[in-house]
Amino acid sequence: MIIPLLFVLLMIGATIGLGIYATRMAKSASDFFVAGRSVNVFWNASAISGEYLSAASFMGVAGLIMKNGYDALWYPVGYATGYLLLLLFIAGPLRRFGAYTIPDFAEGRFDSKIFRRIAVIFVLFIGFFYTMPQMKAAGITLGSIMNWPYYVGILVVGLVIVFNVALGGMKGITFVQAFQYWAKMFAICVPIFVLWSVYGGYGENLDKMASKPKEFPTMTQAQEVTFTPATAVSASVLAPTKILFPAGAEIGKISPARKSEPGEDPMPLEAVVQHSHEMTYSALGVPGKRVRAEALHLDPGTELTINPYVVTKQGQPVMKDGKPVKTAPKLEFLGDTQGMFAAGTVAPNAPNNQKWGEPFGPLTSKYEHPLLYTYSLILALVCGTAGLPHILVRFYTNPDGRSAKRTALWVMILIGMFYMFTPVWGTLGRQFLPSVYASITDLAVIKLPLSLENKTLGQILSGITSAGAFAAFMSTFSGLLVSMSGALAHDIYGKMIRPHATEKERLSAFKIAAIVFGAIAMGLGLLIQSFDIAMLVGWAFAIAAASYFPLLLLGSWWRGLTKHGAAVGMLTGGTLSLLAIVASMLIDKKILAWTVSPITKTLMEQPAIWGVPLALITMYIVSKLTAQHIPPDVDMKMLRLHAPEEMGISKDYIEH
Amino acid sequence: MPDPSNDQPILPPEEHGRLAKAVMRRQAALSLRVAVIFLLLLIGLPLFNLYGASIANTRIFGMSATWLFLGILFFPITWLLSAYFVRESDRIEGESARWRDEISAYVQANTEEDAQ
Repeated sequence: MIIPLLFVLLMIGATIGLGIYATRMAKSASDFFVAGRSVNVFWNASAISGEYLSAASFMGVAGLIMKNGYDALWYPVGYATGYLLLLLFIAGPLRRFGAYTIPDFAEGRFDSKIFRRIAVIFVLFIGFFYTMPQMKAAGITLGSIMNWPYYVGILVVGLVIVFNVALGGMKGITFVQAFQYWAKMFAICVPIFVLWSVYGGYGENLDKMASKPKEFPTMTQAQEVTFTPATAVSASVLAPTKILFPAGAEIGKISPARKSEPGEDPMPLEAVVQHSHEMTYSALGVPGKRVRAEALHLDPGTELTINPYVVTKQGQPVMKDGKPVKTAPKLEFLGDTQGMFAAGTVAPNAPNNQKWGEPFGPLTSKYEHPLLYTYSLILALVCGTAGLPHILVRFYTNPDGRSAKRTALWVMILIGMFYMFTPVWGTLGRQFLPSVYASITDLAVIKLPLSLENKTLGQILSGITSAGAFAAFMSTFSGLLVSMSGALAHDIYGKMIRPHATEKERLSAFKIAAIVFGAIAMGLGLLIQSFDIAMLVGWAFAIAAASYFPLLLLGSWWRGLTKHGAAVGMLTGGTLSLLAIVASMLIDKKILAWTVSPITKTLMEQPAIWGVPLALITMYIVSKLTAQHIPPDVDMKMLRLHAPEEMGISKDYIEH
Repeated sequence: MPDPSNDQPILPPEEHGRLAKAVMRRQAALSLRVAVIFLLLLIGLPLFNLYGASIANTRIFGMSATWLFLGILFFPITWLLSAYFVRESDRIEGESARWRDEISAYVQANTEEDAQ
């Protein structure tokens, strides 16, 4: 598809061009690190919004809503309204304290060099977690529109942004990110209005689904799909599912979608899965992938008909609530595989209309404690937003605490307007492109326009959303790269290794750091192809919520916080949350063979509900025990954080 | 008179604590007031969805009441809360800025007393 590619190239060209233009105006070190604090509220708010709306926002949120329905509405709400906590408790004080970065804050508030090091490590950690999904999204988007290999998108986004950041630093990207916000806003709303006029409105489609609560989305026409190893395909339990494989397929495993209980008969494979061509079992897997003992090989042109069946126990149907229990086979592919669903196929993997449209659906109910899951998710999103280092560094680009607050207000309005459109994509995607359920729902924003009858219009609209998606990867990655390179050049090189380095030496350190981190981020991007975008971002949020957020909240408002308390609390909350999430993922991937209760699993997958209070309480207790270490000038520090500029107490941590 | 551009603290250090407390208390009261409304919404909506499911699923403009609230109305509500906060916070800061003159007068008076 050449039209979407042209739009993407246009966006990349604009990014490079604007970056060069803005760089001509970047002169001093402070331009590099914080854009000279000269950016006005509106542009700064646009730039923060541009930086914030990442791959997860542009593609992931619509995909999650399409997949999980109502429960996933908490994602856009949490992402946008987390700024309210930032505004209420953090934005003003942080800017007034006058430091460039969070490590500056950590050292300035507690007079501790070690603390700066801990804070830098967290900046890099959260930064890399957040860059990985951007890279992955770039890879799959270009793969989807051009059928290019996964690494091409990563190389394109990586190289363009490393170039811009190394060239112009913060000032070079501020202007570009502001432009990218408006590009994304255009890309999320204009195509959806066109689709809306063809497919019917937001409320109309929601109503249509609600009026048939037990039905599933069905393909009105034959739909192409690319199956991936990351998404298992659970066929419908209502009707046979027909899939044609024009180029054949390697299927690693066919198993019942419903987990079998002890004593139940095995799935009658030959009766359940009918095939037009002979299926052969091969002992080898696909080269480069994990070798499986048994892989099903399908010749090109094979059509599978997958039937639902009644579960039996010693030949007798298993009953539940007076009805026989039905299930259908689940297919796991070994590589990316082209497939074609026949018209009339009920979408695999999709929840029914009622479960999708009403609260406590598949996302929050999977471990039987939906309310707990919901609250923990809300807490992670809201507190995580307030603790993301690449967003916080942006508040230093305001001239004073007052404009920092105004900026936070404007950011909420700008990103709120954007997020309001994401559920519309999810709703229309579910109705008109249900084949995406069998593949990667993140691609709904790119692919939905292509379902239009008018193919040229469809390609143009898909071009617009693809360009918007690239704006998202590039702006977020550039912001992360600036904060990570800044942490290295400013916090490690400029403060620890060579405190007397000249401005020029610091700039070179920044540029070298940008290139090195850019290369590492690209390398990591290549490794995480099978991970979920939203899941990776979720990790970054959960860590930020349980580490930086408590640090900033108590550091700004409680004079009794000591460096020991802050450091121990931050490390405890951050690392335990991370370990819980990683362990939960390893259990899902069956690498760890632990059996955990549903409630434990909920708390492992969504750790914020215990991680945030744990960090706060640890900070409190350890600070009380080490109260003799409260800095002697703590009252002056509190005044610096809170007294309005007019009182003449604030002073920038960094002298110009 | 202390020079506003001078970074030297304008108060004797023993007064910093009192001033910091006074400035922070007013800001904190405002922040907490707004935060409580926000948290009530966040905590209340899932409970409402659980115990008031029939009302939550009433249809308005084709969508359920709870979808309309969370998917659309929640955003403007937080904008109003933030706008209110920014306005009030500006007002408080304007007032505390005026304290500066009073503080200066206080410092001067004390200095004169010492001189006597």
